[in-house]
Amino acid sequence: MSGRVLVGVKRVIDYAVKIRVKPDNSGVVTDGVKHSMNPFCEIAVEEAVKLKEKKLIKEVVAVSCGPQQSQETIRTALAMGADRGIHVEVAGKDYETLGPLQVSKIMAALAKKEDAQLLILGKQAIDDDCNQTGQMTAALLDWPQGTFASEVSLDGDKVKVVREIDGGLETIKISTPAVLTADLRLNTPRYATLPNIMKAKKKKIANVKPADLGVDLTSRLEVLKVEEPPQREAGVKVETVEDLVGKLKETGRI
Amino acid sequence: MAPKFCVLYVMTYVHVLTLAVSVNRSQEIPAAGLAFYHRLIFIMALRSAVGRLLINPHRCAIVSASRSQGTAAPARHDAEKTQQKSKAPKVQFNWRDALDLEGQLTEEEIMIRDSFRTYCQEKLMPRILMANRHEVFHREIISEMGELGILGPTIKGYGCAGTSYVAYGLIAREIERVDSGYRSVMSVQSSLVMHPINAYGTEEQKQKYLPKLARGEILGCFGLTEPNHGSDPAGMETRAKYNPSSRTYTLNGSKSWITNSPLADIAVVWAKCDDGKVRGFILERGMKGFSTPKIEGKFSLRASATGMILMDEVEVPEENLLPNVSGLGGPFGCLNNARYGIAWGSLGAAEFCFHAARQYTLDRIQFGVPLARNQLMQKKMADMLTDITIGLQSCLRLGRLIDEKKAAPEMISMLKRNNCGKALDIARQARDMLGGNGISDEYHIIRHAMNLESVNTYEGTHDIHALILGRAITGLQSFTVDK
Repeated sequence: MSGRVLVGVKRVIDYAVKIRVKPDNSGVVTDGVKHSMNPFCEIAVEEAVKLKEKKLIKEVVAVSCGPQQSQETIRTALAMGADRGIHVEVAGKDYETLGPLQVSKIMAALAKKEDAQLLILGKQAIDDDCNQTGQMTAALLDWPQGTFASEVSLDGDKVKVVREIDGGLETIKISTPAVLTADLRLNTPRYATLPNIMKAKKKKIANVKPADLGVDLTSRLEVLKVEEPPQREAGVKVETVEDLVGKLKETGRI
Repeated sequence: MAPKFCVLYVMTYVHVLTLAVSVNRSQEIPAAGLAFYHRLIFIMALRSAVGRLLINPHRCAIVSASRSQGTAAPARHDAEKTQQKSKAPKVQFNWRDALDLEGQLTEEEIMIRDSFRTYCQEKLMPRILMANRHEVFHREIISEMGELGILGPTIKGYGCAGTSYVAYGLIAREIERVDSGYRSVMSVQSSLVMHPINAYGTEEQKQKYLPKLARGEILGCFGLTEPNHGSDPAGMETRAKYNPSSRTYTLNGSKSWITNSPLADIAVVWAKCDDGKVRGFILERGMKGFSTPKIEGKFSLRASATGMILMDEVEVPEENLLPNVSGLGGPFGCLNNARYGIAWGSLGAAEFCFHAARQYTLDRIQFGVPLARNQLMQKKMADMLTDITIGLQSCLRLGRLIDEKKAAPEMISMLKRNNCGKALDIARQARDMLGGNGISDEYHIIRHAMNLESVNTYEGTHDIHALILGRAITGLQSFTVDK
């Protein structure tokens, strides 16, 4: 086994920022807005670095698809302990329509090229909430998948994954190479230490174009409109339970 | 009965909308974690079911609904709209970073600052309220900071990061944004304990102490000030007598106002030797005659433990002497190192007070309008913004000069004096702007105001630095009454 783990990290609008919809309803405002690494991707990086510290794997490679600024996200991953980075340059129109299908094609191509033993992604991104990239990548590679992982343990050439599902926790054992997606309780990401931030400067980030990987970025989706949720309307106070039931029937709720 | 209730409910809701709008108006993009925190303070203040309404992230909808209501702070222009392809893009004034300090920092410095800011807001901020109220020093924070590698950051080797002085300043600013007491602990460990060992110690001493200090495994303190000699360290009464037979020094004397001393494992103590020169000694916990009682009744820097160092015939082996410096240049070198960090740090505290006062005056409605609508409030905030922005620019310049080895001590004196004095004024003003709520530690400003009294005083009082500068300006010293 190569002992190499690929981790996907996505640059998203910071979770604490208040989102504003563009006036033309074509999307959200991203210019001048604070961006950071997707929280679930942070958890994925932390898990990969932990595996390396336990000496179960040898190398952690952070991958991000996006414009120039995605390099900052890769640097953060390097500061957390990844060994090197790969920046897949996607800019302009292509970046606006970049979605799980395209990213999973890129990830699949890279996983094969880098001979990865594991591909760890965040379960979903906090901007689109798709929760698709991990699953699509596994399908494209025909690799087993351990999604919504809240616990991961390597056992020889198998991986035991405890998954958080609606009914509770499901434990599966899958063989490597495999795709894992990180859920919230998998770990608590570390703060990048000062020495590691300084070391991150020296680590390499390779530049790759999607065309080099033979990936076609055309999107099958078109965003028609983005709008804010409906405004909260004034409530109405009722006197009795009968009134309440009456009102609910009136508005067609029951 | 029913209609009356409906009206009441709607009126309350409208009132809530107004509040919600003013909260929204003030949450501008980019709203860093700090804005989230302000939201939290506001929620705590309301403490009702109504408050829970405002945590709803879909509040943006309320903004568009009530745009018709004229309110104090207008919504910010969409950055995209104002950009024209033919002309240069219109520059939006950013009150959070008025002279674009961000653009002057390297990518690494930004990463360091952001990473450390997250730690401070997530791990230090939750502790500080109770730590300050009950005067508890959390020893663990030094270990946590050690893990993050930010102790002694400018030292190269020995497990230290070896960053630039600008990065050190940014780190100090982030900690002091939470509390000056925590920053004092970090400053003492980094600049007043690790620095003298690194600058004046032997290789053995460096190997013995620096890695442990860097990890936060051991805590150090700096013993210069005495009960009877604060601004005039040259007059110190602590004596170190050399014993040739045992190759030790016997130290006698007392030091006061020593940050960290009650829990310190080692102390870098400055004492006058037989030849009348001041030298530095490393004392260790456990040495006979060495005790560190805590100073009680402190109403400043309560989250940091301060005490005395009492030395009663303490036998210090000569290996513990710092050999590479004699005279007051030794302690002053350390103090300058710390003062630089304080120049940055005090602005962090000032920034917190400024932002908190701004948020409070936007939220608080009196006479039907937010307090921030009043000219007196706006003037105060304008003064705060100016002092902080100019202060930060000067800190950046000083940091770069130090990194280029082109800085003189008087430069550091000038900035420490200016920034601490201004920060204290800002904190006091901000406290006033919050009215009665300003004296509650839940709003944090009173704690900063209390702390900055010490910060303005220690490491050279405001007046003493004035004399340092006066001497540099005129060539005439006015510290003593003799010529």
